[in-house]
Amino acid sequence: MIEIKELYKSFDNKAVLKGINATFENGKTNLIIGQSGSGKTVLMKCIVGLLIPEKGELLYDSRNFLDMGKKEKKQLRREMGMIFQSAALFDSMSVLDNVMFPLNMFSNDTVRDRTKRAMFCLERVNLTEARDKFPGEISGGMQKRVAIARAIALNPQYLFCDEPNSGLDPKTSLVIDELIQDITREYNMTTIINTHDMNSVLGIGEKIIYIYEGSKEWEGTKDDIFTASNKRLNDFIFASDLLRKVKDVEIQNIEG
Amino acid sequence: MILMGRTFSRPERMRMFFRQYLNEIEQLGVNSIGIVLLISFFIGAVITIQIKLNIESPWMPRWTVGYVTREIMLLEFSSSIMCLILAGKVGSNIASELGTMRVTQQIDALEIMGVNSANYLILPKITAMVTTIPILVTFSIFAGIIGAFATCWFGGIMTATNLEYGLQYMFVEWFVWCGIIKSLFFAFIIASVSAFFGYNVEGGSIDVGKASTNSVVSSSVLILFADLVLTKLLMG
Repeated sequence: MIEIKELYKSFDNKAVLKGINATFENGKTNLIIGQSGSGKTVLMKCIVGLLIPEKGELLYDSRNFLDMGKKEKKQLRREMGMIFQSAALFDSMSVLDNVMFPLNMFSNDTVRDRTKRAMFCLERVNLTEARDKFPGEISGGMQKRVAIARAIALNPQYLFCDEPNSGLDPKTSLVIDELIQDITREYNMTTIINTHDMNSVLGIGEKIIYIYEGSKEWEGTKDDIFTASNKRLNDFIFASDLLRKVKDVEIQNIEG
Repeated sequence: MILMGRTFSRPERMRMFFRQYLNEIEQLGVNSIGIVLLISFFIGAVITIQIKLNIESPWMPRWTVGYVTREIMLLEFSSSIMCLILAGKVGSNIASELGTMRVTQQIDALEIMGVNSANYLILPKITAMVTTIPILVTFSIFAGIIGAFATCWFGGIMTATNLEYGLQYMFVEWFVWCGIIKSLFFAFIIASVSAFFGYNVEGGSIDVGKASTNSVVSSSVLILFADLVLTKLLMG
């Protein structure tokens, strides 16, 4: 479980995060949503330690990340996996080497065992046939799946996904969403997904936090979202005619 | 200084460091052999022709051309000028590679995994450069001398015997070491300055391009300055 308490972050005296409180539970897909510039990427970067917040607490299963020394932070980072918006695969390495990288770096297993584990992860994302290809030779969706395989190679406790569906077609996005949700449940991880893909929100949002101008504006599940009275949230989620129609149908179903 | 502090820490895994080190030797050193040999060969040949044409006089001893060619190659061209050329080729390569890794979040990915990205990415580059540049300088000296001989064998500029006599005349072994010592400093400058500019890129592809240009300009200026200081220290 990850808990955030009163998190503040600013750049050049401009407050970007204004005292955010949130709890992200194990085995659930926790979504952070919000408009561009609302501060959700900064929040994610603060959670993973790429940015240091000015104030607040960041608890990883009751361990405060901000009070940790270098060694403890390093140790904790080995319990984290991250999927970046751009997949961030290493261009110079093959798909298999990308997945093996964290194992080569931190595992004391033999080469055979490390390869076996990497192949297991690739199998989990249905990509064993692409093992010898380079990131430039595979599609965006496949790159994201390789990134997922790399992120789970060390059996992480915490999985972070920064806009995992960015640049993908709706069908591939669905595959990625389902894969993330399955893995989260399978390994009982704490997964945090930063997204503004409404299909993801309505599909896998077991817990959703809506950020507006650096503050937490709303919190709930994908089912709560249809009955939420928060105007800003409704304007953001149901911005298109199609989604407004979906909302009407869902409300009718709930009432009827 | 902070970046250098992070770079010169103990590698996380020595096997990964050596793997990267060997890759960098190939990418930065072995892949530069061709251009070093080509440039040095032609410059050696041109220096010989220029000196022969410009100082030809009955009053000049026959060994002058070979002697001057050797001194230029040993003292300046093969170390300083070759490193300026390598600052363009290798420096821009390092800066653009690291810059691209930064803007595509590959460096962030390393950091989140708990890898010291500066140590993992920069240290092998610096050590590979410091190891291979002195070898490239030695190759350059030989290629320059072969170029000088080529003007005798194929151009008939002068006899190879006269050139050989000049090349051997009053040879000071220390001058070879001076070139190699200077190249060690230049190699460090090229790798560290380029890595600094590449590693700290913020933005997109335009910023990667700017970092690449800045790295070449800055390392060239530093090489020239270091050349002045080192020449004074080593030979003054």
